[in-house]
Amino acid sequence: MAHGPATLADGWGKYISRWVFTTNHKDIGTLYLWFSFAMFIMGGAFAMIIRAELFQPGMQLIKPEFFNQMTTMHGLVMVFGAIMPAFVGLANWMIPMMIGAPDMALPRMNNLSFWILPFAFAILTSTLFMEGGGPNFGWTFYAPLSTTYAPDTVNYFIFGVHIMGASSIMGSINIIATVMNMRAPGMTYMKMPLFVWTWVITAFLLVAVMPVLAGAVTMMLMDINFGTSFFDAAGGGDPVLFQHVFWFFGHPEVYIIILPAFGVVSQIIPTFSRKPLFGYSSMVYATAAIAFLSFVVWAHHMFTVGMPIAGELYFMYATMLIAVPTGVKVFNWITTMYRGSLTFETPMLFSIAFVILFTFGGFTGMMLSIAAADMQYHDTYFVVAHFHYVMVAGAVFSGTAAVYYWLPKWCGKMYNETMGKVQFWIAFIGFNITFMPQHFLGLAGMPRRYADYGLQFADWNMVSSIGAFMYGGAQILFLFNVIRTIGWGKPTNDSQVWEGAEGLEWTLPTPAPYHTFSTPPEVK
Amino acid sequence: MTARTNNRMLLVKLTALATAMFMFAIFVLPPLYDLFCEITGIGGKTDGAYTAVAVEVDTSRDIEVQFVATNNATMPWDFYPIEERVVVHPGESRAVAFYAHNRTGRDMLGQAIPNVLPNNAADYFHKTECFCFDNQPLAAGESAALDLVFIVDPDLPASVNTVTLSYTMFDITDRTAVQVSQVQ
Repeated sequence: MAHGPATLADGWGKYISRWVFTTNHKDIGTLYLWFSFAMFIMGGAFAMIIRAELFQPGMQLIKPEFFNQMTTMHGLVMVFGAIMPAFVGLANWMIPMMIGAPDMALPRMNNLSFWILPFAFAILTSTLFMEGGGPNFGWTFYAPLSTTYAPDTVNYFIFGVHIMGASSIMGSINIIATVMNMRAPGMTYMKMPLFVWTWVITAFLLVAVMPVLAGAVTMMLMDINFGTSFFDAAGGGDPVLFQHVFWFFGHPEVYIIILPAFGVVSQIIPTFSRKPLFGYSSMVYATAAIAFLSFVVWAHHMFTVGMPIAGELYFMYATMLIAVPTGVKVFNWITTMYRGSLTFETPMLFSIAFVILFTFGGFTGMMLSIAAADMQYHDTYFVVAHFHYVMVAGAVFSGTAAVYYWLPKWCGKMYNETMGKVQFWIAFIGFNITFMPQHFLGLAGMPRRYADYGLQFADWNMVSSIGAFMYGGAQILFLFNVIRTIGWGKPTNDSQVWEGAEGLEWTLPTPAPYHTFSTPPEVK
Repeated sequence: MTARTNNRMLLVKLTALATAMFMFAIFVLPPLYDLFCEITGIGGKTDGAYTAVAVEVDTSRDIEVQFVATNNATMPWDFYPIEERVVVHPGESRAVAFYAHNRTGRDMLGQAIPNVLPNNAADYFHKTECFCFDNQPLAAGESAALDLVFIVDPDLPASVNTVTLSYTMFDITDRTAVQVSQVQ
C-alpha cells in the first residue's frame, strides 16, 4: 500500500493534504464533481427564491433589487459553477480511463485549475453580503447596466469571471494535451469513445472563446475604472459592441455546455440498447460541424438591437442550419435504440428524457431563430423556457445520467435503483411542470427578469413555481442517493457493471483503482 | 520523455492561442466593429467634418430632414432643435440650430452623440459644421444656440425621402481624460 491515497485513518492533516495537493485525475474529478454539486445546490436555492417570489403577483418575500441579484447569480452560478465544472469533473475521471492513459497530461496544472475555482465563486458570492449588493445586471451583463449603472461590487464580479475563465482554459488545455498525446497504442482518433470526442471539440471551443469573455470583462473594467469608452456612447464607444463581443463568446458557450452532454448520452444509450452507437463517424462530424457553426451565428441573440435585413437573414438561416447536424445526432440516438434490447435503468431513463426534451428545446430554438418572430419572443419567458429545456433537460439531465452510470465504477457500490427511478420521475414531471407553462407565459407576453407580473399571468406562474419546488426536491433525493451509495451501497466488483457496457473503462476492476493503465492497454 | 516534450509544446501553443484570442477581443474586435459600422452605416454613425465639394443641387428631389434631441439618463439640460424639420434639396447646404440651456447651478460639460436613420442614409448625410465635433461647455444658467450646417448628398438612395438626425446629450462633466475628438 505504498502509493495508496491517504484516508481518514491517516489523520485529518494527511487527508486534507491529499485533496489539496492531489495530482490524481480521479481525485481532481471527484473534487470538480462535488464542487459543481455544491454550486448546483446554491444556484438552485437562488432559483427557489425566484420562484417563491413569483408564486403570486405582487411583492411578498424579497425586494426587486434583490430579485435582480438572484436572477443574475442563478444564471452565473449555474452556467459557470455547476454545469461547466461538472463536465470537467466527468472529463477528468473518464477521459484517461477511456483512452487508456495513466493520468491527465499536465497533472499539476490540473490541480491548479480546480483549486482556483472555489476562490472565484467565493469572490462572486461574497458580493451578496456587501454594500450595494451583488451583480444585478443579468447573467449576460450587458453594458451600460454592468458599467455605468452597476453596483461598485462589479469589480469583484469581473475578477471572479477572470479566475473562472483561467480555470476553464487550463482545464481545456489539459484535456486537449491528454487526448492528443496520451492515447493507448492502437487508440486512433476514430476509435475514441464519443464522450472523448465531444470533449476535445468542447475544449477547443473553450480555449477559443473564454479569452473573449475575459476580454469583454476587461474592457468593462477599463470603462469603469480607467476612463476608456469601449461601451460608453458619451466617449465614442457603443453599447451594442458589448453585445457582439459577449455573444461571440456566449453562443459557443452554449455548445460548450451541451456538447459533453451529447457525449455522455452517446455512451449511455448504446449500453442500455445493447447495440453499438449508430452512425459513429457521422456523430463525430456532426459535433465538429455544430462547433464550427457556433462561431458564426451569435447575432441571433440580438435581432432586436437593429440590424440590416441582410444581417437578419444571414443569422437566421445560419442558425437554422445548426438544426441539420443536431438532427443527425438525434436520429442517430433514436436509431441506436431502434430494435435494441432496451432496459430502463436510471441512467437510460435520464438519457431518453434528454433526447426528447432536448429536441423539444431545439424546436423552440428554431422558433426563436426566425428573425421576424423573434421580435415578439425576445426577452420573454418563452426564451427562459427554451434555454431551460436545453440547459436543464439537456446538460443537467445528462450529467445526472452520467453520475448514475459511472458511480458504481467509481466507488464499487450500486446505487438504489428504485430511489433513482423515483428521482427521475419527480425530476421529469417537476421539470415539465416548471418550464412548459413558461412557454405559454412568454407567448402571452410576460417579460423575463421582472420581480412582479400582471394578474393575467398569475395561474401559470403558480403552476411553474410548484413544479420548481418539485424539481428542487428531486435534487435533494439525488444527493441523498449518491451519499447513501458511497457510504452504504451494495458492493459490486463486476468490472463491466452494466451488461451492455463497452469501452476501456469497463475493463478495469470495480471500484477503479487509484492508479489505472500504468502500462497502456492494447487496443485492437 | 517525448510525451513530456509534446505536452509542453501543446501547452505553449494552446496558451498562445488563448492569449491571441484575448488580444483579438480587446484590440481587434472594437476597431473591426467600428469599421463594419462605418462601411455599412449600421448604428447610424455619421462621418466627421465634411469638406464641401461643388455639386449640382438636385432640385427635383425634396428630402425632409427631421431633428430629434434627447437627454441621456440624468442630463438636466433643456435641449431641443429650434426647427423640428426642414425640407432640403440634395446638394444644398443648410444651417440649423439646436437650443441648449443649463438649468443647474453648476458649470457643466455636455457631449452630443449623433445617430442617423434610416441606416442607409448615414453615409449620405454630411456635416460641414457641427457643435457635436467638440464638447459643449455651458456655465451655470447659461444657454446657447448650437449650430449645425449639413449637406444631403445627391447620391442619397432614391428610396429615402426622410432622414432623421437624432442627438443624445451626455453629461461628461465628471469624466476625466475623455477622448472626444473621435466622436463627431
